[in-house]
Amino acid sequence: MILFNTILIGLKEIWTHKFRSLLTMLGIVLGVSSLVAMAAIVKGMENGMKEAMIAMGGLDKVLIEEQKVPIHQNHLRDMAPGRTIRDVIALRESAPLIRIVSPEMGLDRVMVSRAGKWFRPSEVVGVWPEVLEMNLYELEHGRFFTDLDEELAKNVCVIGTGVRDELFGSPQEAGREIIPIGEQIHINEQPFIIVGMFKHYESEMERKIREEGLQSHTATAGPSRQRGWGRRNWNAFWRKNNVVYTPLNTMWVRFRAATGTNNVPYPTLSDIDIKVHSLEMLEPALQQARNVMMMTHGGIEDFNFRTQENQIEDINKRIKNARLSGGIIAGLSLLVGGIGIMNIMLASINERIREIGICKAIGATSGSIFLQILIESVVIALLGALAGLAASKGLVVFLSELAPSQNTPVIQPQVMGIAVLFSGLVGVVAGIFPAIKAARLHPIGALRYE
Amino acid sequence: MALLELRNVSKIYTLGGEVIRALDDVSLDIDGGEFVSVIGPSGSGKSTLMHILGCLDSPTHGTIQLDGQMIHSASAKQLAHIRNQKIGFVFQFFNLLPKMNVLQNVELPMIYAGISGARRRERAMEMLKMVGLENRARHRPSQLSGGQQQRVAIARGLVNDPRILFADEPTGNLDSHTGEAILELFRELSTKGRTIILVTHDPEIAAVTSRRIEIRDGKIASQVDPRLAGLDRVATAPVAG
Ligand SMILES: Nc1ncnc2c1ncn2[C@@H]1O[C@H](COP(=O)(O)OP(=O)(O)OP(=O)(O)O)[C@@H](O)[C@H]1O
Ligand SMILES: [Mg+2]
Repeated sequence: MILFNTILIGLKEIWTHKFRSLLTMLGIVLGVSSLVAMAAIVKGMENGMKEAMIAMGGLDKVLIEEQKVPIHQNHLRDMAPGRTIRDVIALRESAPLIRIVSPEMGLDRVMVSRAGKWFRPSEVVGVWPEVLEMNLYELEHGRFFTDLDEELAKNVCVIGTGVRDELFGSPQEAGREIIPIGEQIHINEQPFIIVGMFKHYESEMERKIREEGLQSHTATAGPSRQRGWGRRNWNAFWRKNNVVYTPLNTMWVRFRAATGTNNVPYPTLSDIDIKVHSLEMLEPALQQARNVMMMTHGGIEDFNFRTQENQIEDINKRIKNARLSGGIIAGLSLLVGGIGIMNIMLASINERIREIGICKAIGATSGSIFLQILIESVVIALLGALAGLAASKGLVVFLSELAPSQNTPVIQPQVMGIAVLFSGLVGVVAGIFPAIKAARLHPIGALRYE
Repeated sequence: MALLELRNVSKIYTLGGEVIRALDDVSLDIDGGEFVSVIGPSGSGKSTLMHILGCLDSPTHGTIQLDGQMIHSASAKQLAHIRNQKIGFVFQFFNLLPKMNVLQNVELPMIYAGISGARRRERAMEMLKMVGLENRARHRPSQLSGGQQQRVAIARGLVNDPRILFADEPTGNLDSHTGEAILELFRELSTKGRTIILVTHDPEIAAVTSRRIEIRDGKIASQVDPRLAGLDRVATAPVAG
């Protein structure tokens, strides 16, 4: 009851000095809005990075990388075998903790073409069917490679939707689905038949923009929005949609023939990716793989394993940094806001010394005066916080206009809660000193004050 | 037992080495229902006496009993409670809260008493009716005349039904006509049995009350007390020193 009245009186006091109170709140508004907006942007970043990581094959994917031989094996450098299909077969046979092994033989600086249209895909790689599970691809149309394709090194390929868009036109522009199965394209001048096409992959953000774009397109028939601008960027989804896969053997025979020695095309793979049965068994599985490869490499350690753990660590570090800088900005704003509130409360009680004396004369205890001032301070802070929450929405829009990214910022209710809580705390801390000062006023001294 | 009992009360200020005896060994009894005026020249200690009687200030020496309760040793919180429940104040400069309307000003002591909203409103309107300002409830103090403001202050002073109403120069800021009306209101309250202590430096105003206490240099110089049998109206205590 008294509390309610106190809040009411506090609000009235704030209302009497609208402009002053507004200026005072600015620090809190800034602090809260930057906290909420930063958290939203960081969250969006996090989501985007996780999404991209899954697009690249998921958490359980391990890359076997080539590395320089260690110093103590430097004299064996010329005997280092590199990663070959022997490793792949050995890993499959002798490393039971490893679920799949997917070899990749890539081609550098490759162009695909069709009817005078030229395009550089994200990668052109010879693969085994294991690649589907390794890189999390699903076919939308056609088929993947058969054993026969592999055996006979047939000139067949499976493409991503991006390649289709570039060489055959995109369905959005054509207004109809385009399925180029059975069509011929050229990879570095060699004819290939498209036997399959993957699904289209896109981030949440791209999906949203695409759907919005479709709506506004059908609704207004005006100039269509720049559809899926995220695709242009060199991001994980763009890469995923712009691949050309051929059978591994085909790649080896058709494009590596010019290299190598003794009429055997250069057999080095550009990548070996493995997936383990379970992430808990990652360590022993990698040890197993290492043992196997030490055998096939004659003890020369010219390879290394790179797990997604490193990636995740990297992501987490970036997120932590972003959080930290956001937190520091917000913290400083709140601090400044708190100082502003304390300042205004001190000024306010100085103006109201006589009023405080009157209240004491008619029965206000020091406690109720203390509470009065404290509540006023907290009310200012909380009003600022509410304004800040409203402003954060605008700030998010503003910031994403200023620096567009592929990631939709996600405003999190719990961050809003924390921000409001902190503002309240700032209000309490800022109000304590003025409140004590007011509560300590002697009734007579206060009444006599001119 | 008297409503108010002062025994050897002194209030001493030390300002830069100089000792000021604002009250000097004052003993005094006031009964319930009395209408008392405290008179004396400026600086004689009238306000100081009122503040101590009204629990706004504590004495340097001596004891005070109000309504059977020892005041001089009470805590600040207890004093606040006593001021709220047993004492009403009316000041020379009205001392209304400028940001609140008349009704809210009258309600304020009841807020500190923890009385519920509906009951507060009802009681405050009752008091405003008593001072003839029920149609000004929503006005700000600044929109009222001095006399009206002082009526609001009286309504506020009485709203918690205190045992004693203190008034320090309540007419000091009013023209004589308005002052007269305010005094009339006090007289009316007195006849209804309210204990009132009126501080003034004007003998003409003091003449309104039956009992008069004259203060000089912090001491009671003389008293007119109708209760003192046989000495009808002229019981004079000798001036000390
Ligand atoms: N806080 C204080 N510090 C020092 N001296 C004080 C203080 N308050 C009052 N005095 C002194 O105490 C004496 C009595 O003051 P008081 O206010 O009681 O006089 P008063 O009779 O009410 O005068 P007036 O008629 O002018 O209101 C004065 O000499 C005054 O200077
Ligand atoms: Mg005085």
